[in-house]
Amino acid sequence: MNILVPIEVRSGEVKKPSLEALGLARSLAEGAGGEAIALVLTPGAEAIVESIATAGAHRILHCGADVYSRTASEALGREYARIAGERGIGLVLLAATVAGKERAAVTAGALGVAAANDATAVRLDGGSVLIERPVYAGKAVETLRTIGPVAVASIRPNYGPRADGSPAAEVEAIEPGLTDGDLRLTVESFEASAGKAVDLTEAEIIVSGGRGLGSPENFALLESLAARLGAVVGASRAVVDAGWRPHSDQVGQTGKTVSPKLYIAVGISGAIQHLAGMSSSRNIVAINKDPNAPIFQIATYGIVGDLFEVVPRLEEELAAIL
Amino acid sequence: MKVAVCLKRVPDTTTKIEVGADGKSINPAGVQYVISPYDEFAVEEGIRRKEAAGEGSVTIVTVGPAASTDVIRKALGMGADDAVLATNEESLDPRRTAEALAGVLRDRGDDLVLFGRTSVDGQSAQVGAQVAGLLGIPYVGDVVGLEIEGRSAKITREVEGGHVVLRGDLPLAIGCQKGLNEPRYPSLKGIMMAKKKPIETVEATCGDPTVETVSLAPPPARPDGRIVGEGVDAVPELVRLLREEAKIV
Repeated sequence: MNILVPIEVRSGEVKKPSLEALGLARSLAEGAGGEAIALVLTPGAEAIVESIATAGAHRILHCGADVYSRTASEALGREYARIAGERGIGLVLLAATVAGKERAAVTAGALGVAAANDATAVRLDGGSVLIERPVYAGKAVETLRTIGPVAVASIRPNYGPRADGSPAAEVEAIEPGLTDGDLRLTVESFEASAGKAVDLTEAEIIVSGGRGLGSPENFALLESLAARLGAVVGASRAVVDAGWRPHSDQVGQTGKTVSPKLYIAVGISGAIQHLAGMSSSRNIVAINKDPNAPIFQIATYGIVGDLFEVVPRLEEELAAIL
Repeated sequence: MKVAVCLKRVPDTTTKIEVGADGKSINPAGVQYVISPYDEFAVEEGIRRKEAAGEGSVTIVTVGPAASTDVIRKALGMGADDAVLATNEESLDPRRTAEALAGVLRDRGDDLVLFGRTSVDGQSAQVGAQVAGLLGIPYVGDVVGLEIEGRSAKITREVEGGHVVLRGDLPLAIGCQKGLNEPRYPSLKGIMMAKKKPIETVEATCGDPTVETVSLAPPPARPDGRIVGEGVDAVPELVRLLREEAKIV
């Protein structure tokens, strides 16, 4: 089965989850006697192609036409569907980023199928694709089997293997399939938020704070700890609603779903809506003065105590070894 | 300004979810249902757009069981004008849901078709884009800003690390993200008036499935956790565990 992996590029940089999707595609395709085909549609494509040459694709299709700097998901998805048809693709596999899930939905629509978005596992089984994905705010996992000759799926960040160091891909330039006249929406600009270099959804370590912090100024404690760990700072809904932290920091049902190697929950009680966003973290540390806080039920390691004493001490101990 | 708001009836997140006897769907016993939270931003946005235009209508469109009138009435209480419920008692995948919604929307000629960015039960972030594709209009999701002047729209969407600004003309489909607006609470008067607003019931029509549910299961069990200790004295042990057991630092 041939697998098409559209590579997401933002501000000239390849999004790491796209390379995880590519690594997954390589392992799936090799098992099925097919090819993992990366797709790069963006001005500056040639430089991007070079940077991902050994990331696991058997072939990289690319086009650097200027129109792609203005192309939104509504048209990109149609491009992916067109190329999937032309290249005998059995699975279009994207990263389950915000843009990736949207493009998966548009691509699937153009192909007349349902996409399986935000998968935590993807396997091939005969001619169909089996997908596991969390549902009901992470309280259950559904397994889907696709029906028909082409499937569309997106894999959650931190769930696909990297295939760096693979043999270099064959590189093929392709023609653009659309012009400005085909665009129903035009992308005008991308405005980066100040602050984070790494988004919560891609972070390996997250230090997250809740109402227990007491005031917005106290988040400085977490920022300091996060800097020590190379981590990103997250927040519960309560402190976002209170205006202490921006919505883009929110982890939870109406915030972001994260899957880091380590999630440190400080002064967070552990409401179900928060767990929905972080329960798939590999390791969870909870620091809370309430021994009955629900967060302790899901934590790998818990400390019952005053966060204003524990967090600085934690940073101290880490400073000694990092 | 003719607006359609697609709304999904979902289990309340605080409801305990149990896998049913068939191993493929949830046990409905004891489940409380609500408007899917992101859809509330869509209802609110639709009402604001109509208010800003000084004329028009806001129609709630839902695919779901006959009991869905309960959540539809809440949206009508917020200020939507009427509703169409395409009844369907089985669980539909996102493509078939979109086909059923498009069947209702197809000949309406809405200026705006609004969705929540995703449902909180299926979590697929897909139906809005699928409906838009079937209607031949563009979709933008995760929208935190929408400015409309005449037929021109400026749309701001939230992605990792920042915001993308797009432009396009009506008709448009939008997936609403938290931050776009603050949904209003229905007034007592609104709730009373909602009882008289029309809900048209039609049969949902859709194509054949392109995915099937093989199983629904509880999430993989987390390894047992433990309280390492109390207060600052527990910190050195925590760091030791993170280093030697979890191998993270």
